[in-house]
Amino acid sequence: MISPAPQASERGIRLDDVTVSFDREPAVHHVNGTFSSGSMTAIVGPNGAGKSTLLKAMVGIVQPDQGHVVLEGLSRAALGYLPQLAEVDRTFPITVSDAVGLGLWHRVGPFGAMTGSDGDIVKAALRTVGLEAMERRSIGALSVGQFQRLLFARLIVQDPQVLLLDEPFAALDELTTHDLLGLVLDWHRQGRTVIAVLHELDQVEAHFPSCLLMAREPIAWGPTAAVLTPVNLRKARGLAHDWHGEVKAARPAMATELS
Amino acid sequence: MSDIHALLIDPWIAYGFMGRALVACFALSLGCGSIGILLVLRRMSLMGDAMSHAILPGAALGFLAAGFSLWSMSLGGLLVGLMVAILAGVVSRVTTLREDASLAGFYLMSLAVGVLIISKYGSNIDLLHVLFGTILAVDTPSLLLVSTIASVTLLTLAVIYRPLICECFDPGFLRTMGGGGSLVHIIFLVLVVLNLVAGFQALGTLMAVGLMMLPAAAARLWASDVWSLCIIATAIAFLSSMAGLLISFHVNLPSGPSIILVAGLAYLGSIVFGRNGGLMKRYFPQPHYHHQSS
Repeated sequence: MISPAPQASERGIRLDDVTVSFDREPAVHHVNGTFSSGSMTAIVGPNGAGKSTLLKAMVGIVQPDQGHVVLEGLSRAALGYLPQLAEVDRTFPITVSDAVGLGLWHRVGPFGAMTGSDGDIVKAALRTVGLEAMERRSIGALSVGQFQRLLFARLIVQDPQVLLLDEPFAALDELTTHDLLGLVLDWHRQGRTVIAVLHELDQVEAHFPSCLLMAREPIAWGPTAAVLTPVNLRKARGLAHDWHGEVKAARPAMATELS
Repeated sequence: MSDIHALLIDPWIAYGFMGRALVACFALSLGCGSIGILLVLRRMSLMGDAMSHAILPGAALGFLAAGFSLWSMSLGGLLVGLMVAILAGVVSRVTTLREDASLAGFYLMSLAVGVLIISKYGSNIDLLHVLFGTILAVDTPSLLLVSTIASVTLLTLAVIYRPLICECFDPGFLRTMGGGGSLVHIIFLVLVVLNLVAGFQALGTLMAVGLMMLPAAAARLWASDVWSLCIIATAIAFLSSMAGLLISFHVNLPSGPSIILVAGLAYLGSIVFGRNGGLMKRYFPQPHYHHQSS
């Protein structure tokens, strides 16, 4: 049962019957609803539920086979995307400040020159995430946590209205998670829209007012407390079960919720 | 002293063909150094090899049409190389085959067609020329071609540098920024084929890729930013060409394999001594001088 999705406001991302497939196998089915401006939503669900795929469809990395992603009152440049760590080449020989400087792409473009004030923006972002000492280092020297801080610094430089974060805290130590979660909460307070794929249900319940639970199709979407009910979670697990012919649904966090 | 002069300097001055070969190799190194580095960084090292085989039938057809003319062979090679690259790309997008598998399929077919054409219509000497190159017969038009390709390569790389680097590092990011990734990829492929074609007369189709990949792989063990990598790779390529040409001159060996083997030595040396992840560095690290003896 799908809780009524938030009504379309003047700005936000509206999904009209979005369906995305890989090799003609649908990964995400018929998603309808709106991430309204200023909302903070967690997307949760079992492995292979299509959470990352939905995020990629929203930022335009994959094209929906059916339906539309409508940016209401937003340009593409207003979206900032945090990829999963595995999707970036962490051995590439590029310096920390150059990698963060990519966040200026919308203004500087593929050919433009960076000005001195652009350099200051990059420096300030590095200070915010605690990487100022690493500025001239190659990204290969960074730990997983430091690299995630770097990607957050790039988002700060990008200064987007909507942040789409794919597993922002996966595999991070506690301190890094704490710092980066703080940044995400700041963004929300500044009135930006935050959409994050997450696994830790405790984290979702503690910090995310809205939640979209999906297992290839949306199961529930609305206020977190109304979405993360035992009934809904069991349904999510059941749907994943049907699809894979085996129970590979529940992540540890979700398993405890279901027991 | 005069012995050294006779050994290292005289050949370039006294023999016009050696001087031209050196200039050709310099131009080749300028293009191939950077292209090789980008192939390594894009994890496409073997793609260069496959492409160098794929251009053979084009070169063979050009050869049939106009004899040993670098321009016609280059044009043929360029067209066939691009055709194979594009076919492989299209097949990997519309079928379940991955790009490396579909490329392997097409380049092997292309190579077979090339060998077939040459053995059917050319003499064996021709086949050897196309396969192994004849750098000592480089003439002024081919020098012009090779240096034009080097200039075009460096200028184009300078223009597409930022998107190209971004495409290697984080392709998803470039797509969220409005794309252009596939266009950059295609331009880069054209540059790869162009440089293979340039390497063709000097080193032959089989070994043209050697001057691209060996210096690049060696350079990766010395530096950790793209600019230094390109400069080091270019330097290794040029020095290897120089040494290889001298060896082939004095010992009377074919020039192509000599050049590539010297580059191979540079590669092996880098594996052992490379500052950036070489064996010596890994297994015999320099001690940190923390405690100065008091």
